[in-house]
Amino acid sequence: MARDDESRSGKTRREFLAELAEIPAACLLLGVVGPLEVLASDKDDVSEEVLYAMGVQVDRCIGCGLCVRACKQENDVPKEPYYFRTWVERYQILANGEVEVDSPKGGIEGFPSEEEGQDVLRSFFVPKLCNHCDNPPCVQVCPVGATFKSPEGVILVDSDYCIGCRYCIQACPYGARYLDYRTKTADKCTFCYHRITKEMLPACVEVCPTQARVFGHMGTKSSPLHRMRRMNRLQVLKPYLNTAPKVFYSELDGEVR
Amino acid sequence: MEEFEKLERALSQVSGFIYPNEVELQWGLLVVIYPYITGLVAGAFILASLEKVFKVKEVLPTYRLAMLTALAFLIVAPMPLQAHLGHPERSVSMFLTPNPDSAMAMFGFVYLWYLMVVLLLEIWFEYRADLAMWSKQKTGSIRLFYWLVSLGSRDLSPASIEFDRKAVHAVTLIGIPSAFLLHGYVGFIFGSVKANPWWSSVLMPIVFLFSAIVSGIALVLLIYYFSSLLRKKAPEMACLNKLASFLLYALIIDLSLELLDFVHRLYESEESVEILRELISSKLFISLTIVQILLGTIGPMVMLAVARFSTLPDELKRISYFLAALLVQVGIFSTRWNVVIGGQLFSKSLRGLTVYKLELGGAEGVFAALGLLILPFIILYVLIKLLPPWEEARAIPTAESGVRDGEL
Repeated sequence: MARDDESRSGKTRREFLAELAEIPAACLLLGVVGPLEVLASDKDDVSEEVLYAMGVQVDRCIGCGLCVRACKQENDVPKEPYYFRTWVERYQILANGEVEVDSPKGGIEGFPSEEEGQDVLRSFFVPKLCNHCDNPPCVQVCPVGATFKSPEGVILVDSDYCIGCRYCIQACPYGARYLDYRTKTADKCTFCYHRITKEMLPACVEVCPTQARVFGHMGTKSSPLHRMRRMNRLQVLKPYLNTAPKVFYSELDGEVR
Repeated sequence: MEEFEKLERALSQVSGFIYPNEVELQWGLLVVIYPYITGLVAGAFILASLEKVFKVKEVLPTYRLAMLTALAFLIVAPMPLQAHLGHPERSVSMFLTPNPDSAMAMFGFVYLWYLMVVLLLEIWFEYRADLAMWSKQKTGSIRLFYWLVSLGSRDLSPASIEFDRKAVHAVTLIGIPSAFLLHGYVGFIFGSVKANPWWSSVLMPIVFLFSAIVSGIALVLLIYYFSSLLRKKAPEMACLNKLASFLLYALIIDLSLELLDFVHRLYESEESVEILRELISSKLFISLTIVQILLGTIGPMVMLAVARFSTLPDELKRISYFLAALLVQVGIFSTRWNVVIGGQLFSKSLRGLTVYKLELGGAEGVFAALGLLILPFIILYVLIKLLPPWEEARAIPTAESGVRDGEL
């Protein structure tokens, strides 16, 4: 009995010691995992305060193409009409139900006047750009992590790291990406990251004569973006793909894809 | 610049509306070749595994040949991918800093696993006794080669040969799911792109797999038939008949899956159905309806069925098998074409179609593609010279081989 007790107590002592050792181990584990978890959650639940977004008021766009031109100039986008960080589409819904869409040279030189004799029911312009999705398929597919989400929610491409596989271009549902033939890497709208981080507006927003484009932090109550989001019914492009775009459209027609 | 003239011409041939960035097609002929080649690898390997795991004795003469074929094509498989990259020199980042969320990032790992753990290991154990023997018998530098490749193994005892047999069996068991993984994964690369309604389908990996099996069996049949002719031996009819049966069954499953996919799309009739209908009836009419389905699938099925289950003379049967297998290759190639190129011919605005013009020269041209398609055969030739897959070349005759190559 006594021996049993002893052995039991010996075991207990060992167990006790083992338990004692678990405490620093647990602390260590928490020490490592804890901050990581915080980091991870930080990354996913960025407060709206810091997230940048753009609002596009479709009924204000006059299709002048200044935004396209400003963008090409500001961001050194290839001048040829096959590469755009932003472009403007014109929709003409005819009386017979047909929909005609065009975007000659991305709308950089504006649009030719409507064809004579066409019975146009309604017509409008839709500026397009990268939607800086909160759930970006392009970031998901990049094999090397060269395209990524900045802390402000802006989707960027590291052209020094991009391998030029073009998978991100395939994965973008909005046609917002192209391969820059000069660098042989993927390229796209950055919300003019070099400007917005210096408290300036993206070039397209800056030049828009009708303020069809507004820009700002999602959470800043004093911004035109906030006002636009408060005063309008909003829509995003292809919401069924669950990409969670951060470019919001007001007065968007159902025909726009 | 010539490139822009090409884009200008493409733009003038666009019908309807496409996003301005969509004028340039991103993936060309090289990316068509990549799934075609990996499909051949997976298919050839699965055929080889049939003999080992399910003990199908008739196809034994093709076992080693199929393994070497799979290896030759696997060596070439990453080349078109590498060549189409904007920065091939950076591709090593896929191994060093892979994005775990990316389906494409996993390619390198799946590839290495398949090459190192499955194919090389299985071939080594399969040939180990022969290599040991050859390194004793041969002379000169080839002797050194065999000694190096045998890794110094000398043991020819029955116990060691039994161990080889078990090892091959074990690797094959891992190999079958790996082959499924290799090609199913290629299907996933396309099937998981939700932005593209032509690709985005849960059936894509399965369709890719079965078309891979079809193309692999047909390829081994062709190589077996052709190599027999070159060696002036009559190909074994039992083996050809079995291959033809397998090919026919695989074709039936493949066609059923493709039809299921087709009917499902048509029946669901989602937003994209109109543009896809237009795509199929215009740009893809020849490559899909005529080449892939009629010439590449239904034609070979009829030829195989008639030849296999009729009393035609053997010579005629052989010719129909050969022609059917050849047509299958053309068909599967256009299957890959229709997926890769077809998926880029319509705008993601679902409002227009664009064009793809094949070029002769250049990295994405026909000649480069032909080179990449011929290269595996050159590698295979070298492999066959070094590691003769024929039964009579075996240093140690196998106990289980009831049928011998070239007996008929």
